[in-house]
Amino acid sequence: MSTPDDSTLTHEGMAAGNPAGDARLLVIGCGAIAREILALKAANGWDHIELTCLPAILHNHPERIAPAVEQAIVKHRADFNAIFVAYADCGTGGLLQEVCDRHGVEMIAGPHCYSFYEGNARFAETSADDMTTFYLTDFLVRQFDAFVWRPLGLDRHPELRDTYFAHYTRLVHQAQTEDPGLTAKARGCAARLGLAYERRFTGYGDLETAIGAATGAAR
Amino acid sequence: MSDEEDDEIILSELETEDLVLQMHDDLYDGLREEIEEGVNILLERGWQPYDVLTKALVAGMTIVGNDFRDGILFVPEVLLAANAMKAGMAILKPLLAETGAPRMGKMVIGTVKGDIHDIGKNLVSMMMEGAGFEVVDLGINNPVEAYIEAAAREEADIVGMSALLTTTMPYMKVVIDAMVAQGIRDDYIVLVGGAPLNEEFGRAIGADAYCRDAAVAVETAKDFIARKHNQMAAG
Repeated sequence: MSTPDDSTLTHEGMAAGNPAGDARLLVIGCGAIAREILALKAANGWDHIELTCLPAILHNHPERIAPAVEQAIVKHRADFNAIFVAYADCGTGGLLQEVCDRHGVEMIAGPHCYSFYEGNARFAETSADDMTTFYLTDFLVRQFDAFVWRPLGLDRHPELRDTYFAHYTRLVHQAQTEDPGLTAKARGCAARLGLAYERRFTGYGDLETAIGAATGAAR
Repeated sequence: MSDEEDDEIILSELETEDLVLQMHDDLYDGLREEIEEGVNILLERGWQPYDVLTKALVAGMTIVGNDFRDGILFVPEVLLAANAMKAGMAILKPLLAETGAPRMGKMVIGTVKGDIHDIGKNLVSMMMEGAGFEVVDLGINNPVEAYIEAAAREEADIVGMSALLTTTMPYMKVVIDAMVAQGIRDDYIVLVGGAPLNEEFGRAIGADAYCRDAAVAVETAKDFIARKHNQMAAG
């Protein structure tokens, strides 16, 4: 099936394809990492995995993530040999891990995608120094208005910018891909927030190893 | 309310009762200049600063808080209302100090170490001040020592801690454990808050209460202070 556009991934997510055939592992992921998972699937020949994604905008409502993932697990578990949850804790305060434990499925280690893209070990080492950093991934750069600008009301009340961002000093664009257009857009996002800009190429970080381990276990 | 209708309202021509209601509306709409004007008019009409604070500003902000709790208003609108209220309070603060106002107690409050988010904390500080508490705001990124030193120095009744991140909220337990270790935990009412927290977490770390929002923080603080006074009276 074709990949939905970014707006659809943000608000609706992505339905699972037909489980018939070779698909034995279902990855239930965040819409914000759908493209990256599909890129990894193609690059690694993971033909036996199927992907479904929840709306990426749950990122802004972390209290809704664990119940939504549990619902997806219950919905799909009879159709696949195994399920892997492509979320980190993502602001659920351990509730998502509880859901996964209850259903006997694995999830990505770490606090959030910024951490696993950078590599959880490295991110933990540097997080104290990066306290005043505002992160954006490739997806979040593309969907900056939907995830940051409009939800914070900055489209209607730009004067609130410094209320939100006064203590931040820089925007780090964690780049998963080499894309000059996206780099320019990220630089523009930093300017709109009044922050210094830094680009960090992370690639897929721990996302690749986490899903790779799950695919190995499911073969 | 349309802009056209807004333009037709001359605050100084309103009866006092209507002016107060209009100020509630203006606070709701985050109209900073109108709130400043309304505060000055009420003072000119002989209102006590404390009455302006409680009946015009705090009462209006309570409506905002309730609608935020009920999902009718969202963070940007609450911030605009808070900014308007802050402008009104800036006029009242020196007058309150001069005229005297009921003192409920003293609170030191800050965002925990590793966390730079202070919107919720600032709202709590403002509403606590509005309710008659003296507030010492420690700002962001506070280590254990900052809380403990400030609480002792200020002879605080309440220690408030805020966190926005699931990765920083466990630090609240570090602070409370340090207070226990130093034998000072029961000297203070410890209130905690922040988006990822809940009551269970508050209990688990040994706080006196988790406060869901600024309004709940005020009511909880008042309740604990009253209990403290009752205990002292009984003792």
